[in-house]
Amino acid sequence: MTPVIGLGHFLTVAAILFTIGVFGIFLNRKNIIIILMSVELILLAVNINFVAFSAHLQDLVGQVFALLILTVAAAEAAIGLAILVIFFRNRGSIAVDDVNMMKG
Amino acid sequence: MVSEFAGFASLAPAYPEMLLAVCAMALLMIGVFAKKEIAPSISGIAIGVLIAVGVLIVFGGTEGTIFAGGFINDGFARFMKVLIIAGSVFALILTVSTAADKGLNKFEYPVLIVLATLGMLMMVSANDLMSLYVGLELQSLSLYVLAAFRRDSAKATEAGLKYFVLGALSSGMLLYGASLVYGFTGHTQLDQIAQAVALGERNVGIIFGLVFLLAGLAFKISAVPFHMWTPDVYEGAPTPVTAFFASAPKVAAMALLIRIVFDAFEPIARDWQQVIIFISIASMVLAAFAAIGQRNLKRLIAFSSIGHVGFALVGLSAGNLVGVEGVAIYMAVYLTMTIGLFACILALKNEDGYVENIDDLAGLSQNRPFVAAMIAMFMFSLIGLPPLAGFFAKWHVFLAAIEARLFILAVIGMLASAVSAFYYLRVVKVMYFDEPVNSYATPAIELRFVMALTGFLVLSYYFTVGAPLAQLAHNAAGSLF
Repeated sequence: MTPVIGLGHFLTVAAILFTIGVFGIFLNRKNIIIILMSVELILLAVNINFVAFSAHLQDLVGQVFALLILTVAAAEAAIGLAILVIFFRNRGSIAVDDVNMMKG
Repeated sequence: MVSEFAGFASLAPAYPEMLLAVCAMALLMIGVFAKKEIAPSISGIAIGVLIAVGVLIVFGGTEGTIFAGGFINDGFARFMKVLIIAGSVFALILTVSTAADKGLNKFEYPVLIVLATLGMLMMVSANDLMSLYVGLELQSLSLYVLAAFRRDSAKATEAGLKYFVLGALSSGMLLYGASLVYGFTGHTQLDQIAQAVALGERNVGIIFGLVFLLAGLAFKISAVPFHMWTPDVYEGAPTPVTAFFASAPKVAAMALLIRIVFDAFEPIARDWQQVIIFISIASMVLAAFAAIGQRNLKRLIAFSSIGHVGFALVGLSAGNLVGVEGVAIYMAVYLTMTIGLFACILALKNEDGYVENIDDLAGLSQNRPFVAAMIAMFMFSLIGLPPLAGFFAKWHVFLAAIEARLFILAVIGMLASAVSAFYYLRVVKVMYFDEPVNSYATPAIELRFVMALTGFLVLSYYFTVGAPLAQLAHNAAGSLF
């Protein structure tokens, strides 16, 4: 008999992905692209949460919410990459340690 | 879920937003297809459209809930929307003469401001976690682009990048909270969440969701411990954009926070009150001490805005009608002071360009006595000295805290206010008692108009707008309870 995969498993996976995403933003000292990937990871973790809850509650609202998040995430990635490109044009680098003109 | 769409007339509560959305698209199309440079006229039309929407909100406002409960227009929403429109209009007015120097004379600038304003109006009217998220993102995405609007400036692009990364993180936390709240209550509509929360027993999942939601919103209002983006973004972004950041989006995010905690989590008020009290104290204290060492005027205002968010949250901590009324008054007064102060900063232009360092203000009272007097008055109002508007705003929120028996919070607030007087007064001292180092050009006519108008409101608050504003805020807060 195979073990049943239930709501708890999905929530655990989502929580792990979310944590990895948050740590990816704060611990990563190399590359801003990795930060953008971490942001996407966080949003996908949220989507897993929504879809799992939606299936568990037998309620479609959660899946509608997930679709909205996917759409907005695409727009967000586009803007993030655009800002990253103009930053690179000005500074010639996309290392996290070079984002340091303003401090205090 | 049955659609309740019964003709165009049933959409009446959302008419202002629909008008603004259509006009934003129209402005964008005009800008794209125009043959010659028409940024100034687009700016003018945008100001006209925003004022028209404001008039529609004030006089034509139909109250009600539409879109299957996703959108609500009530007294509270209308009050906050008028403040937001005012902030956006003045932010555009401040750009009229400064746009060319600051690299903002492109038609996308007013269009982005209008779209951000539309997002803010949606946030204030959101009655469902979905419409809340979409409104918030419409606002945030427009603001990210505005922060990095000067593509050739290394500082502005760095500000945009920082704002984007931390803003995206905060949206992620807010969404994670929303997903937990949805999962453990089964609803995304705020009033249904409140019913589910009231019926069920204390649930760790809901508390977790609430805390994540609050963390995401604390980012948006720049409250400690989620404030770290504020000084960098305020310093790096072009000054007219900073003026916009410091005014309208703060009001919108604060209104959203109030609506969430009161409409959806009223039954567990004890739980969110603790969180709000903590971030309120942390914001007031950290801002009071961190601002002391600042040399850049925009950074100083950034820390000042963090502190003022803390003061406004004192009212929210009270968790009652008087508290919400106090927050509404506080945001109105803060908006006025911020707009006026930024008009003064934009007026400080010498032959080398715009001045942003505090030391460069030395002897301003001899060169430009009017601007110096205005800055001094706004500083006194930000400290909270009577009889200026800032005093009455603080009085309302602290009164609410005392009524809710939060004595320690009120005392810490007063002390933080006293400490913060130091850095505000230092600016006044530099302007009035140091030797002049710069000579300044005459401010543009519309900057002088904004300075005079906001200065008059702040100075004569008690005798003119004070009582009507308190009455309006009372009615607005009443619609939430």
